[in-house]
Amino acid sequence: MLRYVFRRLLTAIPTLFVIVTIAFFLIRVAPGGPFNQERGLSPEIRANLEAQFGLNDPLWLQYVHYLGNLLRGNFGPSYNMPDFTVGELFREGLPISIQLGASALVLALLLGSVLGTVAALNQNKFADYSVIALATAGSTIPTFVIAPVIQLVFGLTWKLLPIGGWGDGALINKVGPVLTLALPQIAIVARLMRGSMIESLHSHHIRTARALGLSDWSVVVKHALRGAILPIVSFTGPAAAALLTGSIIVETIFSIPGIGRHFVVAALNRDYTLVMGTVVVIALFTIVFNLIVDVLYGVVDPRVRYD
Amino acid sequence: MTDIAVAAPVVGRSLWGDAWARLKANRAAMFSLYYLAFITVISVFGPYFVPHQYTTIYADYVRTPPSFSAYPQADMIEGALDEAIRRMRVDIKDWRQEGSRVFVTVRSSKPIDDRNIRYLDRSDTFDDTKIESKSPDGLEMVMSASIKQQYFLFGTDNTGRDLLSRTLMAGRISLAIGLLAGIVAVVIGVLYGATAGLAGGRVDEVMMRVVDVLYSLPFIFFVIMLVVFFGRNFVLMFLAVGAVLWLDMARIVRGQALSIRRQEYVQAAEAMGVGQRGILLRHVIPNLLGPVVIYMTLLVPQVIILESFLSFLGLGVQEPMTSWGVLISVGAQNIGSANWLLLFPAFFLVSTLFALNFVGDGLRDALDPKDR
Repeated sequence: MLRYVFRRLLTAIPTLFVIVTIAFFLIRVAPGGPFNQERGLSPEIRANLEAQFGLNDPLWLQYVHYLGNLLRGNFGPSYNMPDFTVGELFREGLPISIQLGASALVLALLLGSVLGTVAALNQNKFADYSVIALATAGSTIPTFVIAPVIQLVFGLTWKLLPIGGWGDGALINKVGPVLTLALPQIAIVARLMRGSMIESLHSHHIRTARALGLSDWSVVVKHALRGAILPIVSFTGPAAAALLTGSIIVETIFSIPGIGRHFVVAALNRDYTLVMGTVVVIALFTIVFNLIVDVLYGVVDPRVRYD
Repeated sequence: MTDIAVAAPVVGRSLWGDAWARLKANRAAMFSLYYLAFITVISVFGPYFVPHQYTTIYADYVRTPPSFSAYPQADMIEGALDEAIRRMRVDIKDWRQEGSRVFVTVRSSKPIDDRNIRYLDRSDTFDDTKIESKSPDGLEMVMSASIKQQYFLFGTDNTGRDLLSRTLMAGRISLAIGLLAGIVAVVIGVLYGATAGLAGGRVDEVMMRVVDVLYSLPFIFFVIMLVVFFGRNFVLMFLAVGAVLWLDMARIVRGQALSIRRQEYVQAAEAMGVGQRGILLRHVIPNLLGPVVIYMTLLVPQVIILESFLSFLGLGVQEPMTSWGVLISVGAQNIGSANWLLLFPAFFLVSTLFALNFVGDGLRDALDPKDR
């Protein structure tokens, strides 16, 4: 097992390297630069700025510098927010994005599993159809529609929630964003769970368990669930990586100071280091969570062996 | 001679005939199909029948709520009148409404120019202005104008443009983009996946490794880079977006192509001496069509969501052209004061996505009976 983890981490390094390289050169060949947009910047000042950040060096040298800094954990300064380094921006925003994302993920996993199980146990009955309807709605309606509708209904009409803002992390401010993030995920989890639970309930060991006279509860929770949870486990990896690194839409609509909103602005402003930093963070999260999921897979499913 | 009823020879149903029959039995899918046809027709032809252009700005009707009754409402006439008279730089003495015409008496300290009546015509509320009478000294004048009846079934937006015509126009753009980018993605994906699957071996491995690497790049990064490269030219941009979405398609087609090649009937054909070309045309492509069609129906809503998402961020379709994403983004910013700006476009987008989903599910059930 440890050897497996070690080997996976080793293969992650070239993957990360390729991603960083592609992203680096891709954003560099894009027309424009970080200091092009600012008005009233005299050519001399611009030249000085570019020299200070080493933007006049040949591209390969900049690339080597960037890689070197990255290895030492230094993401570099942000060009468009000169008071901050990229590392500082992440230290500020990442905890917020992680909090929201993690809450949404936990909510989605719990609620989705329960809904999916209920649907599977009542296959082709009213409860089943309601869950299917909910799942279809959740996976069809885009977040940028859900978010303003939540604001409209809960914020403006019923005045239960604030319309937006972080409010220093007050619980009430998190409800809207977490709900928006969680709804599509709940839909996916419920749908996965329903399918795999139905399959699991039809398997031989469940028939045996029922024949042995086990209670419904113990059949479902102890025996069927373990087999049914596998698709959810593999779903959790990419979902966690996506949720924890912040959502552009949710953070923009609810004005949450996470890291999701940096990405678009940074790419448009050619804030090279900030874009690269975000790419690296997202890639890291993806790799780590996929690894965790693969290890978990072996724990949940004894049929999976690592060699 | 006795008549013997000759049984008609049994005609086997083709895969597609069979699928069509199954699809017809699926009520949700058929309803969605009709709904999609309806949305397409009103989006394509609707803008010609709505009396308002999607770019026309009605300064008198900024943020007018949706209503089935005609505007102007009784209390809006005075405001519009005041505004027009103010522009004439004369004073309003009194006014009254008779039927569909208003009569205004204005007064000024200087003789009033007859051409002043154009200010009333210029307003969005009045039309057909006439001078009824003028006092001998020219300081007082009575004008009459008919009230222009306008319908804004969906209300108007922040600059006073009719939301109905804008929503229909937006539908035209969103659907066109969905189809365009969807086709691009399918073509690239099928060609790439089929090549990899049929070539097999080293070529396949390298081609799929490329797909894996592209997969692990943050998707939104890719899209934003494309926007940066192609600028705001939306046709080019959505060709590019289509060019990003082909990855799934390529994987599906490759897997299918690999498994079809290993089927016994393909081996039998090979044993009988059918060439590569014949196998490709007779066996591989027809069997690939099912999954491709299914995936295409799932891809179109994905593209529409992506387009709306980009437009929401201000990267997609630019004003005065519009799409559902643009309208929803404006609506989201005005939910406090004008919620119809969000609700109408959101309803159109969401219902279309639902319909596409149901059609996709129906097609999957119809084309892949094993999957049920």
